[in-house]
Amino acid sequence: MKWNNYVSLSEKFRNQRVFDGCGISGFINLDGKRENGDQIIDMLSILSERENGLGAGFAGYGIYPRYKECYAIHLLIEDEQSKEHLIRYLDEIGNIIQSEPIPTKIPSNVDNPPITWRIFYEPRHKKSISDDEQVVKLVMNLNDHFNGVFVISSGKNMGVFKGNGWSHEIAEFYNIKDYKAYMWLAHSRFPTNTPGWWGGAHPFNLLGTSVVHNGEITSYGTNMRYLESFGYKCTLLTDTEVIAYLIDLLIRKHKIPVPIATMALAPPLFSTIEAMEPRYQIALKNIRATYRSAMLNGPFSVIVGLSCPKPTLVGLSDRKKLRPLVAAISENKNSIFLSSEEASFKRLKLKEAFNFKKIWQPKSGTAIIAQVGEGLLRNGMETPFEKINLTVEGDI
Amino acid sequence: MSLNHSIPSYFHIKVDREICRKCKRCTNHCSYDALSFNGERIVSDDSKCVACQRCVAMCPAGAIRIEKNDSFLPFHGNYTRRIRNIIWAQSGNGGVLLSATGNDRPIRTIFDDLLLDACQVTNPSIDPLREPIETKIFFGRKPKKIVFSEDPKKLNNISLKTEFMPNFEIDSPIMVGHMSLGSISYNACMAIYQAAKELNILAGSGEGGLHQDFYEYGPNIITEIASGRFGVDINYLQNAAGIEIKIGQGAKPGHGGHLPGEKVNTLISQTRMIPKGSDALSPYPHHDIYSIEDLAQLISALKEATRYKVPIGVKIAAVHNSAPIAVGIVRGGADFLTIDGFRGGTGAAPRIIRDHAGIPIELAIAVVDKRLREENLRDEVTLVAGGSIRYSADLIKAIALGADVGMCCMPVLIAMGCRVCQQCFRGLCSWGIATQQEYLVKRLDIDVSRNRIINLFHSWNEELKEVLGAMGIDSVESLRSNRDRLRYIGPNPKIADILGVKHAGE
Ligand code: SF4
Ligand code: SF4
Repeated sequence: MKWNNYVSLSEKFRNQRVFDGCGISGFINLDGKRENGDQIIDMLSILSERENGLGAGFAGYGIYPRYKECYAIHLLIEDEQSKEHLIRYLDEIGNIIQSEPIPTKIPSNVDNPPITWRIFYEPRHKKSISDDEQVVKLVMNLNDHFNGVFVISSGKNMGVFKGNGWSHEIAEFYNIKDYKAYMWLAHSRFPTNTPGWWGGAHPFNLLGTSVVHNGEITSYGTNMRYLESFGYKCTLLTDTEVIAYLIDLLIRKHKIPVPIATMALAPPLFSTIEAMEPRYQIALKNIRATYRSAMLNGPFSVIVGLSCPKPTLVGLSDRKKLRPLVAAISENKNSIFLSSEEASFKRLKLKEAFNFKKIWQPKSGTAIIAQVGEGLLRNGMETPFEKINLTVEGDI
Repeated sequence: MSLNHSIPSYFHIKVDREICRKCKRCTNHCSYDALSFNGERIVSDDSKCVACQRCVAMCPAGAIRIEKNDSFLPFHGNYTRRIRNIIWAQSGNGGVLLSATGNDRPIRTIFDDLLLDACQVTNPSIDPLREPIETKIFFGRKPKKIVFSEDPKKLNNISLKTEFMPNFEIDSPIMVGHMSLGSISYNACMAIYQAAKELNILAGSGEGGLHQDFYEYGPNIITEIASGRFGVDINYLQNAAGIEIKIGQGAKPGHGGHLPGEKVNTLISQTRMIPKGSDALSPYPHHDIYSIEDLAQLISALKEATRYKVPIGVKIAAVHNSAPIAVGIVRGGADFLTIDGFRGGTGAAPRIIRDHAGIPIELAIAVVDKRLREENLRDEVTLVAGGSIRYSADLIKAIALGADVGMCCMPVLIAMGCRVCQQCFRGLCSWGIATQQEYLVKRLDIDVSRNRIINLFHSWNEELKEVLGAMGIDSVESLRSNRDRLRYIGPNPKIADILGVKHAGE
């Protein structure tokens, strides 16, 4: 592991976008049962071809049932002084319910480890602005203006653990094994151009949305400028940050149903749309027109964890499927797995004698959506409005 | 004998009398009277030649060459030939000098200082011949967000609540700018509209109204409401892909228009709805728009008149404070906004304004796009940018800077035969484009012209796809305002700053 650059990139690499190839994995238990980190560590660490020791991370949903009403703010902090400063600030503007270190195993020869900290936080309720919005503003503000601290996640009853190292090292460092979650996401990377920094590893998170991503977004500038109109600050210069904010905008702010939001991010081709019936054409053309700047271009596959409106796992690849994404369902049909490689599933099979009912490759640009309590809503093989009963109000 | 103060010509007509067949075609074709036959041989008058090249094109023997006449003026780096010519012309006629086409000063073109990005290794490029690359866009206003409601009990029951504003789908992000019947000929208009229909792109009507024969192309035409309100009636409004209120034009910001009475023949008088032979004067400002609220009122009046079925937009010339003006216009209800840069073309404009007023379109796109974003208005409107989009490279760069649609005129005229002689205001265009004289108009073959325009824009669209493919982008929407895919290589880093583009190598 690299014991430096915790909260920002070193000076000479600032203002450079990070490009990388990545391994991504994730799973969800549809009954909401929580599972320790063993499986996700196995799924990810087998994808070693896709990492070079410069960054990995995990996100677990359901890990803090005791504080499930609070925003769990996960932080990387450079020094004690920054930490004290931050705690004083949060105390002033909101309520700190609990403030504690995130337990880590620091190798004995390391003398400048980061401070890994978590604060269970409640903003003061205001009429003019929702709690969620207050926390979004807080995160943007801390990451932009507070020296020496970096917020790596801010959702309720969930948390992100990430750093600059091999996936197995990061898992070890944070004791990922010991957390129990109903949904896990994981990521390892092969960055091409920077030595990486801790906060720059994936998953990227904002409130309940976490994203792990493999690929390169060629529409970055378009997406970034669009998000800035809505007050997001894209300071991390990574594609993944932009994806996380777009999802936040579409699903949390604009309240677009998840399957429809995925059609804005990776819309069907016009030739497909034009062969559809009128109400679908109206919907899809207007989605493309309205959200033309939210469309993600370039090679990507992403796995997204959402805690709102319900705990959901989403997998999506670009319209040409230039990055891999494989899905699997467990024998008992209770767990949905996603990975950039089938090797993840084989590992579980061999190591834990885990049985799958089916392994399949979702279609390009077609979302796979699994929700706690609702099951596998979309398997990534459907046509755009299959299984959806769409009505269009007003005249067609 | 008084001194001859005639202005030395820029050109010299060289007729090779050895091979001349004395067919006199050149004399018939020269609409500027620069060539005549004296009974023995072809004689030329250099002072009348505008280098329109018509004679060269028509000569069956290849006997004519137009040469540059630059041998005799004493050199001066400051009082250039251009400046001296202006002074001679004005001291001769005592008037405001007229000019046509766009600014001809050799001012550095920012588009030429921009380079495009392409994929290597980490993202695969796309071959447009094998994979779909989309260039369709929607012209008109979009909502800020779409409202859906989900049935909480049955998640798959989704209803779409938003009412959408009119949007016109076009197959490439290209619009042929506004050239009125009057500034150009019937045949030229017809060729442009037919091509626009075939390509499913847009074309502007200019402010001259729409001739009856052009109504069938209405669905691809943006009709224009200018300060003279010529040719405006309810059919003109309802029969269009969009209506544009013209506040300004890049070639002559702050200026109106003047079509002299002698050009107002039957055709023009019917189309503009004014008496034959009367001057068609477009006032400098709209006399019912002295402020932004007045403009907002006109926008809503037009929306009412068209039953909210036609997008209404506003065109302004690119000037120093275009950005706040643009915001006002969008807040005022415009569905699209057209900005015309200082190099934009004209059929007739005072040369002093054409050559000195306004700012480059590249900068205007960048600042308007940025300001609209700061106000969270950008994605709701369609931004059309013109003012010297010369070829596909300029179109691509304009989109990457933030335009939805690139608008151009000169390339269309050049495709039809225009040689950029800049004499359009004289109405003698020997190619039958910028003229109303029957014998000249006849020279422009509608079918040939239409096909050449179609070929031109077809190739632009293919080149756009090639560039998108090389950038790893499969839809033009993802190029718009993607300034990260541009780099600046010019001499002035301040420009790169304003454009929001990094320097090459960064
Ligand atoms: S067109 Fe050519 S060949 Fe005919 S008279 Fe003119 S110069 Fe001579
Ligand atoms: S349109 Fe005709 S008059 Fe105008 S520049 Fe072109 S060739 Fe010359």
